[in-house]
Amino acid sequence: MKSMTQSRTPASVPFDPNWKTIMECAALEVFEMMANVRLTLNPAPTEAPTGGQTAMVGMAGALCGMTTIRCTRTTATKLAALMLGEEAVSNPASARDALGELCNMVAGNFKAKITGLADACMLSVPTVIAGEDYSMDTAEPAEGVTIALVYEGENIWVTLVTHS
Amino acid sequence: MKKLKVLIVDDSSVMRKIVERALRQAGLELTEVAEASNGAEALAEVAKGVPDMILSDINMPVMDGLEFLKNLATLESAKGVPVIMITTEGSEARVVEALSAGAKGYLRKPFSPEQVKERVAPLLGGGQ
Repeated sequence: MKSMTQSRTPASVPFDPNWKTIMECAALEVFEMMANVRLTLNPAPTEAPTGGQTAMVGMAGALCGMTTIRCTRTTATKLAALMLGEEAVSNPASARDALGELCNMVAGNFKAKITGLADACMLSVPTVIAGEDYSMDTAEPAEGVTIALVYEGENIWVTLVTHS
Repeated sequence: MKKLKVLIVDDSSVMRKIVERALRQAGLELTEVAEASNGAEALAEVAKGVPDMILSDINMPVMDGLEFLKNLATLESAKGVPVIMITTEGSEARVVEALSAGAKGYLRKPFSPEQVKERVAPLLGGGQ
């Protein structure tokens, strides 16, 4: 007889470099549907991700890791206004929460596109960091993809970090 | 067009606003929008006044959307009120569970106003 832990442990889904294309698709869909904005891909970003707002959603189960979205506060506020209306501009919390929800939806949309992940990978509630002066370290071995989407000339960075 | 009272249940205030905005963008005329941040609050809102439609998240603290559905089904006053579940995760198992528990449909985030209309309009009748 299997233990409860054994029977509920989903099979691990290994990292695939092709996930970059899937993440691009997942992120573009979320921004287009929820913010009604068609972003473009920055094919060759030259710098590391920057920006004063970072939303994070943890992933656990068949895939363990984290999805983040990072952009400037100005961009986060503009996105919130697109999602919620102009009243969001006057409320910094709205910009923060909207970015968190976008990150949650990007992570959810991504895993829904990967065979075997939809039912076997859980998402955390979003966390949003305000500020630029931080570094993020993660347990090794880790693999991941980073993409840059462009909105009004500013990069919106979407990163997936996974643990084997 | 029939005017509607809707109840939106989500632990994220931003998502509640997004859902309301999507309903309006879909062309629905809302006379009243009640909000709740979990299933227990939603049951209290239903006790105050039965809405024409409920849109509820599945994953919430205190009382999740599935538990809310089960409790709602025991209320005589709420019989026939259509409930649409909203989920981020694309989990087929949870969607099936929600439909078995009485949900009339579901929306998977992200969604467009057109998708909201497609899911909501058939449940309202009366020329929506």
